[in-house]
Amino acid sequence: MSHNHRASILSLGLKIALAAMTSLVIPLSSGAYANPHEFKLANGLKLIVKEDHRSPVVISQIWYKAGSIDELNGATGVAHVLEHMMFKGTERVPGGEFSKRIAAAGGRENAFTGRDYTAYFQQLHKSRLPLAMELESDRMRNLILTKEEFSKEIQVVMEERRLRTDDKPHALVHEKMMAAAYQAHPYQRPIIGWMNDLENMRVRDAKEWYDRWYAPNNAILVVVGDVKPKEVFALAQKYYGGIMPRPLVPLALRKPQTEPVQVGIKRLTVKAPAKLPYLTMGYHAPTLRNASSDWEPYALEMLAGVLDGNESARLNKELVRERRIANSTGAGYDSTARGPGMFYLYGTPSEGKTTSDLETALRGEMEKLILDGVTEEELARVKAQVVASHVFRLDSMFYQAMQIGQLESVGLSYRDLEVMVKKLQAVTAEQVREVAKKYVKDDSLTVAVLDPQPLEQKLPSAGSGGLRH
Amino acid sequence: MQVTRLLVVLLLSIYSQLALATLPIQLWQTSAGTWVYFVESRGLPILDISVDFDAGSSTDTPETSGRANLTLQLLSLGAGGLSEDQIAKSLADVGAELGGRFDQDRAGVSLRTLSSTRERNQALDILGRVIQRPEFPEDVLERERTRVITGLKDVDTKPDHIANHTLKKMLYGSHPYGLRSSGEIASLELLQRKDLLELYQSRYLAASAVISIMGDVSRVEAAAIAEALTQDLPPGKLNVTLPAVVAPVAETRRIAHPASQSHIILAYPGLRRDDPDFFPLVVGNYILGGGGFVSRLMQEIRQNRGLAYSVYSSFSPLRQEGPFEIGLQTKKEQSEESLRITQQVLAKFIAGGPTQKELISAKQNIIGGFPLRLDSNKKIVDHLAMIGFYNLPLTYLDDYVKAIGKVTTLQVKKAFQRRIKPEGMVTVVVGAVEKK
Repeated sequence: MSHNHRASILSLGLKIALAAMTSLVIPLSSGAYANPHEFKLANGLKLIVKEDHRSPVVISQIWYKAGSIDELNGATGVAHVLEHMMFKGTERVPGGEFSKRIAAAGGRENAFTGRDYTAYFQQLHKSRLPLAMELESDRMRNLILTKEEFSKEIQVVMEERRLRTDDKPHALVHEKMMAAAYQAHPYQRPIIGWMNDLENMRVRDAKEWYDRWYAPNNAILVVVGDVKPKEVFALAQKYYGGIMPRPLVPLALRKPQTEPVQVGIKRLTVKAPAKLPYLTMGYHAPTLRNASSDWEPYALEMLAGVLDGNESARLNKELVRERRIANSTGAGYDSTARGPGMFYLYGTPSEGKTTSDLETALRGEMEKLILDGVTEEELARVKAQVVASHVFRLDSMFYQAMQIGQLESVGLSYRDLEVMVKKLQAVTAEQVREVAKKYVKDDSLTVAVLDPQPLEQKLPSAGSGGLRH
Repeated sequence: MQVTRLLVVLLLSIYSQLALATLPIQLWQTSAGTWVYFVESRGLPILDISVDFDAGSSTDTPETSGRANLTLQLLSLGAGGLSEDQIAKSLADVGAELGGRFDQDRAGVSLRTLSSTRERNQALDILGRVIQRPEFPEDVLERERTRVITGLKDVDTKPDHIANHTLKKMLYGSHPYGLRSSGEIASLELLQRKDLLELYQSRYLAASAVISIMGDVSRVEAAAIAEALTQDLPPGKLNVTLPAVVAPVAETRRIAHPASQSHIILAYPGLRRDDPDFFPLVVGNYILGGGGFVSRLMQEIRQNRGLAYSVYSSFSPLRQEGPFEIGLQTKKEQSEESLRITQQVLAKFIAGGPTQKELISAKQNIIGGFPLRLDSNKKIVDHLAMIGFYNLPLTYLDDYVKAIGKVTTLQVKKAFQRRIKPEGMVTVVVGAVEKK
């Protein structure tokens, strides 16, 4: 039985975990299945509809181009807090009613906040799409934010932070590693926000955020399912068409806050109650800016695949199975983001081995790869997985909508999906070696280790690094 | 109430037009006696297969705890003359994904592959070796045993795992459902290759296994696939008897932990797969704590008081009574208050049952949302595996919707009163406030 948790965060830790599980973050779409239809409303709302007629259901997602990357110091976490507050009601749909009506329509609903975006979704029988649009469009502009509701919900968010970060040693390591790896770029801040910022957040912070970013000209509506594109467009026109656009900074004009070049290795240690140590190494790396002309991000994806794309990939084979230095280990990289990227190596040492042993072994694997390159066989294997996983993803309407929304909200296009699959297929062994050589280097490396503490010992401020009641 | 009742009837009729006839399950037996559940679907070039065995963690004893899990894990790490590396490469070369499913009752192996000939044949060849000719190499066993033990040492420090582990033991006592699925360090250290082989030979039996096939193949192709996957399974059929689950000794255990939150779980024996109270309890649970943001627990704990991010109640139906659980996490200082409110919500629900309005909303969601449970090949193959493993009727999914539609408030109230004893529950609080 699964539990529906509103407001999940696509945190860095999770992204790495996902990358490890699915091995590669590869986009979908091949000629036979590519059918998205694009519309634009006069108020600037972009609508993308993808037909999938296998089941009489539909998913509707609205993506706002505002995430933790757009937050300012002192108000970290406000994008996510507002996401929680979006369920607290409007004049026409009072608090709690949104969820009740979707539930009574047999629907499922939730929302998630990322570094680059905030998204809300409903999944229901196709005949109930108008209800989803009616409710979602209503709260785009008519949200009522009260002090009373805010004071309860901010407590929920703090509990969420305790659950997902403060009491989760690996998540804590990733949070502190990002804070160290980035000096200037907002990716240094956790999506959920620092505890002290949450403690000092007020309803007006959420209101300002809402007024600033929630507008049709900052949103993308993605609908996937057993629908007719023109009918969806007519519905969107009916429910969203009357909402006025607002003056806001378009994606391309927001301040880049480019991270200054790192000029030497950074190291940090995090103490937390645990048994096993943990190591994570992050190297600054680029992300896709132009899906057609860039090549390095594709080569980095393939590099991650060669290292950790399947059970027989290098890291698992060498370090877990043969040399038995690691209990588990992996590599991760995500090529799509508004901001800069990072290439990760991480793992848990076997008993009797240290994080230092594991770091040496991981460095050894990278040196070997840079020296000898990768084999055609390895590369072909990763490419076969690219092809297969791109077909497998078509089985999930949710995932199809996710891919479209993610690309669109970071400034790429759903049309790039086609290009990306082709470009991944075109990566050469030499290109993989080249990006490894160029980006996997000490000067741009941050190393974070978990130093496990016995449960019996009381830790001063293990966790938030902020004030505690 | 007439209007709202009409709505349920309407929903039911919409459902029956749109979804009912959409899952034509074909059923037959292979020559080895394995039942095959098949749904043909040509929408995507994908083939999903699940092979399920009666070899879950309830086959363990305190002395062999962890054996069933390790046996399943080792299937793909050396089989049919191929090393673990050859198996992994062969699957990866065609982009196929091999997975596992493991709980108290079941050990299952699943395969997802492209349906094109080369990819499909190569992936099926591997699956055939893995389930029919596993080798359990000594050195792989050594390594995996160490990895599992190391993992256990780590999770034994995590509050959610401590809570779960402690609770299951309190709930089930000496019943095998109380054993940890991944085992205990002491028992794992003693397991030998022959123990794994013995479990395989006695539990991965052809005539007790169930194969579920979903996707882009014909009935004829599916039959050939099922034959090839079962002809070399150990022959025979199981006669499974699990001891009955008895009511636990009521107890609340508080365990110290340095985490900032307390993890609280309350539990009682819950549902069997063939339970006569199945539908009233499922509908009631939706209202109490299963229905996402609209449940009573969510309302009282999260929406009204901001005490927790997540609070839920759940049934996990098994061959015998699987656990009924209520869980939440909250900062330590408010753990006793949260536990008290949770107990109050439960007690009130059991004493008074749901309102008519709540019942209607629950039915609307469960019935109206039913198509979402079958909207992908993956979800369908999982349903096939469940129907097959528990020997449920082929009309199970249709019956389910009809049965939900018939549940009354009185049935929910009576079923909860009969089955869940608030005063008899076991409760665990990990991260209890330290005494000063």
